This record gives sequence, structure tokens and C-alpha cells, in this order.
Amino acid sequence: MQKVWAFVRGCFLLLRKGSRLYYTWLSALLVLIAIGVFAYVNQLYSGLIVTAMRDQVSWGFYISNFTFTVGVAAAAVLLVIPAYVYQWKPIKEIAILGELVAVSAIVMCLLFVTVDLGRPDRFWHLIPKIGILNFPKSLLAWDVVVLNTYLVLNFAIASYMLYSYYYQREPNMKYVFPILLFSIPAAISIHTVTAFLFNGLAARPFWNASILAPRFLASAFCSGPAGMILMFQVVRKWTNFDIKDKAIFKIAELIAYAMFINLFLLGAELFKEYYSDTVHLAPVKYLYQGLDGHSALVSYIWTATIFNLTAFFLFLIPQTRENYVTLNIGCVLIFIGVYIEKGMGLVIPGFVPDVLGDFYEYAPTGTEMLVTLGIWATGLLVFTLLLRIAVPIMNGDFHVSDDGVNPHIGDQLFLVRRRDVVPEEDLDSP
Amino acid sequence: MSDMEKRDEHVFRLTRRKALKGLALGIGTMVLPAKDASASVWESFFQKNFRELGKSERRVILERLEKEYSARYKKPVRVKDTGPIEGVLYGYGLDLSRCIGCRRCVYGCVTENNQSRDPQIHWIKVLRLAKERGVDLEHSEQYYNPATVPEEGHFYMPVQCHQCENPPCTKVCPVQATWKEIDGIVVVDYNWCIGCRYCMAACPYGARHFNWKKPGLPAGEMNPETHYLGNRPRPVGVVEKCTFCMQRTREPDGMYPACLEVCPVGARKFGNLLDPTSEIRNVIENKRVFILKEDLNTQPKFYYFYSV
Repeated sequence: MQKVWAFVRGCFLLLRKGSRLYYTWLSALLVLIAIGVFAYVNQLYSGLIVTAMRDQVSWGFYISNFTFTVGVAAAAVLLVIPAYVYQWKPIKEIAILGELVAVSAIVMCLLFVTVDLGRPDRFWHLIPKIGILNFPKSLLAWDVVVLNTYLVLNFAIASYMLYSYYYQREPNMKYVFPILLFSIPAAISIHTVTAFLFNGLAARPFWNASILAPRFLASAFCSGPAGMILMFQVVRKWTNFDIKDKAIFKIAELIAYAMFINLFLLGAELFKEYYSDTVHLAPVKYLYQGLDGHSALVSYIWTATIFNLTAFFLFLIPQTRENYVTLNIGCVLIFIGVYIEKGMGLVIPGFVPDVLGDFYEYAPTGTEMLVTLGIWATGLLVFTLLLRIAVPIMNGDFHVSDDGVNPHIGDQLFLVRRRDVVPEEDLDSP
Repeated sequence: MSDMEKRDEHVFRLTRRKALKGLALGIGTMVLPAKDASASVWESFFQKNFRELGKSERRVILERLEKEYSARYKKPVRVKDTGPIEGVLYGYGLDLSRCIGCRRCVYGCVTENNQSRDPQIHWIKVLRLAKERGVDLEHSEQYYNPATVPEEGHFYMPVQCHQCENPPCTKVCPVQATWKEIDGIVVVDYNWCIGCRYCMAACPYGARHFNWKKPGLPAGEMNPETHYLGNRPRPVGVVEKCTFCMQRTREPDGMYPACLEVCPVGARKFGNLLDPTSEIRNVIENKRVFILKEDLNTQPKFYYFYSV
């Protein structure tokens, strides 16, 4: 226990050390968070009337973002499987980063659901025993359970591994491996349950398609890893952490397969709706073509479709997949494409036209955007702080010192140009 | 400012402080409002789900609410918790060949059930449909505004909570803040609802309504005869819905719902489905009856029919 405490203390010492850039970055995030908090406080005072949500469209931008970030969290599994099940070394070195992405993304998920509540002061009603968790009947209760389980799993795995490396010993895989294996179905389950959350509602034909959960997973395995590829490049450019090209290209290849399945499932759903041409077609028509003069989402979804298609071909062809310019373009396109498709393109058309045929065209208000921005900044802050600890541990700059008690902190700066720009010796002096 | 308003404000001030001082200080700030808040803030904050309460606990809560509402609306307010009557299962009939789309029911409901006037919350929606299309919700119109009704070529279809036998809304609630009583009425505990609005996504009849802001209910227009699960004033951030006017219909002398009473053409019928001599049974057995969205297996107890 004392060793754990020493580790935690070391981590806090480390968090305080960093280059100018590190502090600038943190301050920028804190400013965005403060703006988000301010917008949220205003929302608490005035009620959710400050959002554009109304009775017809009772979920909006917050739940859209929630849906997307659950996907990002679930995508960590795409690193865990090759790393630990197939023991593929290049990815094994970075799998821990995937787990940290999952932790940060789940934190965002929980925040997005919280800001969407009409009575956040009553969140304790969800806690079993103290309140009432309607498990197993309500899918929202399932989501609470699986999201928290997944958060705990990833946090536990990542911190145990880092703790072991800190004390300069190999993690005992006898303990880690079963949890790692368990985290695979857990990752699948968070996104499946989130899909079922929508899927189970017969009142909303747009969501009530059995293909929804597979579509969720396929798109998650595109957007999450695309974000990670971008993030890996930032990490290896600005810190001393080494990430191999091979790993990045392999992930890009996996994205190509996932995007193919995603597009195929989308096509299957569009075929079913258009060819059978039943009353269920209305939300799809509203989304893709506009309906009775209402067309707020049309430009969104076509942007997403074109982005996804373009990215698919960029990732499919090895030459463009292994060229950093086209690879990065593809990553950005996929991230935005899926963000729209899983967000505005999934949540909103479920509500438009509403169950009685009313059209309420939803577009997020400033408050919703600022609160959302604040939550994304919070996610990035959590991720940065986790990286601040993980990166030096992984490359051996942060470990217990020879006395076995105090930490040795080699990496004083964290965010700097990488080795070939700043020689390593310089990094030891603050 | 009345106790109730104060309470609402304290609840939010607490949350605001929490937001400002950060989650780390959250527990510490929980103590802060204690010095300037009345005890009722905390009683209400820690109140259990209505269904978990014993008889005496309920009594205390009802008295607290009566005190708060009376002070706030400056008149004696009664809050009942009348339970379901044994052997009664409520059913509602609506005669589409009589309804003229005047929407008196909509406003009769608002007056009786203390809905917010600003912003307006309507538990009943009246759809205008084209005769040539029949019941085609996608082409329905809620915002029609002619000089006189009915209009040539149209018929009207009021929709409110269908009090489903198999309600999709109660199943999805993550905290069991909404449930079906044994007389078939689907209710919400406004003091337990967390405002996630999952029930609204689940309802195929658009019958659930959310308090996007603090309900604007002028003291003069407040109906003081209320039920805990029915028409008592609602706080901000919770979902509300039609309860077949349980504050009226559950009484031993059995009044009709307000929407029925106010209907000028007698298009509305209400009664006990378990009583073979009731008017609603007569409608079901002798008229051309249909229920809305039958394919969803919600089994509504709201029956549309054509009398002529």
C-alpha cells in the first residue's frame, strides 16, 4: 500500500513538471472548460430551455456526442486484440495509449449524459441501494453499468501496467490477461448497449432496425482508430515516445475493413427502406433528401457520406494508406464523417418527423455547443494528464529511484520536439 | 418568495456551487446551503421514490407540499394521494365522427391540470387530418388556425396519453420514476424523475412532456384540488403527462376527466372497462373501434371510434 501511495505521489509531482508548451496547452484547455462550465451553470439556472431541444426532439447534441464518444471508447479494443491476443509487438507497445483513450472517452460520455439531465441534482437516484437502478429492464440502466465497468477495467489495466513499469518489473500477466480478455467483450458491449438504447424503441422506426448495433460497432472501429492515428503522430512528434510506422499502417488497414462493413451495412439499410417504401421511410427521406420542405440535415449527412467514402478509398489503397499526407486527410475525414453520421445523422432523424408527424427542425444552440466544447476539452485534459504519466513511464524517464522510495523524473519537459530536434541530454536539465 | 421557489433555487444554487468549485469540493459544498436553507429543501432532496413510502411518510410529504403550494399560490391547496379503486380499469373512447377540432379539451385540460402557461404545455394534441387520406399521421397538422371549425374536407383526431396496458415509457425509465397503477393509469413521481427524457423517446403517441424551464403557472389560475401523482404543480426539469384526471376520476363520486366535461359535442366517453354496463364497454362492443399504432403492441386503453 505504501508503494501505491509513493507511486501516486510521484505521479502528482510529475504532473506539475512540464515545458512551456505543456502549460500553455493545459491553460488553453482550462479556459475552454471554464467557458463550458459557465454555459452549463447558465443552463442549470434557466433549465434546458436554453438548448434547442423540445418535446418533439427530446434528445439533441449532447446525446449525439455521447453516442460518438462511446464509439471512440469502444475502439480501444482494436488495439487490445492485436496487441495481447495476437502478441503483435508494434501495437503492444502502444496498446496502453488505446486504454487511456478509452478512459478519457468514457469520462466524456458520463459528462455528456450528465449535462443532458433535467435534474442533475437527482443523479443519486441511479445509484443502486441508495436510489433505484431499473436494471435489467431499462437499457439506460444497462448503459450505466457497462460504461462504468468498462471505465474501471481500462483504468485498472492501464494503472496496474504503469505501476509495474514504474517499479521496473514486468506486469504479472497472470492477473492482467483475464481482465484484458474481459475488456474485449466489455468494449463491444458498451457500444452494443448504446445502440440497443435507441434500437429497442418501436416508436422510432429510424432506430428500430436490427442492423443498428453492428452499424454502431463498424463505425466505431473507424472513428476511434482514426483519431488514435492522428494522436499517435502528435505524441511521437512532441514527446519522447516512439511509435512505429508499421503499427500506424496496420491500424489504417483495419480501418479500411471496418469502413467497408460500415458502408455495406448502411447500404443494406438504405436498400430496405427505399425499396420497401413503407411509412418507415420518412426519417430516412428527411435525412437524405429532405421531406415536405424540411431539409436541415441533408447537407450534414451528404458531407458525412462523401467524407466516409473518400476516406474508405484512401485507406483501401496501400499507397495512399502509407503516405502520411493522404493518411492524415483520411483520418480527419473519417473522424468528422462518423461524428456527423453517429451524431446529428442518427439521433436527430430518429425524432423527425415526430411520432405524430410534426416537424421540428433541430439545430444546437450556442449553449449546447459551448458545453460540448467544454466536455471535449475536459476529455483532452484527462487524456493529456494520463499521457503525462504514461509516456515517461513507458520510455523509462519516470520510475522509482535507486532508494526505492522517491521517484526518478528524467523527463522534466514532456511536450517538446522529439529527440532528433532536442538532444536527449538536454532533457535531463530543467 | 415562497418555500417552493426557494427550494428550487437552493437546489440549483447547490449544483451551481458544485460546478464552480469543482467536483473535488462537491462533498464539502453539500453542507453549504444547510445554513441558509429551510429543512424542507433537504427533506425533499432525500425523499424516496413514492412507491417506497409508507402511509405515514406519505402523509408528512403531502402536508409539506400542501404548505409549500399554499404559500406559493396564496390559497389553500390540497394534495391527495388517492389510490386506485378496486375493480376499476379506466378506458377512454373518442368519437372521430363527432370531434370538430375546437380544442376546448386542450385548454380544459390545461386549466384542470395546472400545466405551464408559459411556455405552454399541452397534454392533448388535436391533429387535423384530410378526409381523403384518412388516419395518416405523417400528413397531420397540429397548428391549424381557421376562423371556424370544422373545416371542409377535414376531420380531427385528439391524441393524449393512451394509458397503454404495455407501456414502452415505463419500461425504459432508468430510475422507476414512472409506472402503471392497477387502474391502468400511467403516472410519474415528479420528485423522483431525473429528467433523462428516455420515456419521451419511447412513447409512440407523443404523450409525454418535459418542463424545459420552470413552469409558468399564475397563482390566480392554479387549480388547488390536486393529486401527488397527477395535477400538482411540477418542478422544472421533469416529465409530465395525462393521468385521466386521477384527482377527479379516482374519487368515490367519480367525476369525469376535464376534457370530457368540456367537450361541446360529446365526442368523448370514459368509464370502467371491467364494468359490462359502462358506456365505454358499450362503445367497444357496438361501434367501429380502432386503436392507434396497433402494430406496436402497446395495447392502448384509448379507443377511437365512429358513431355514425
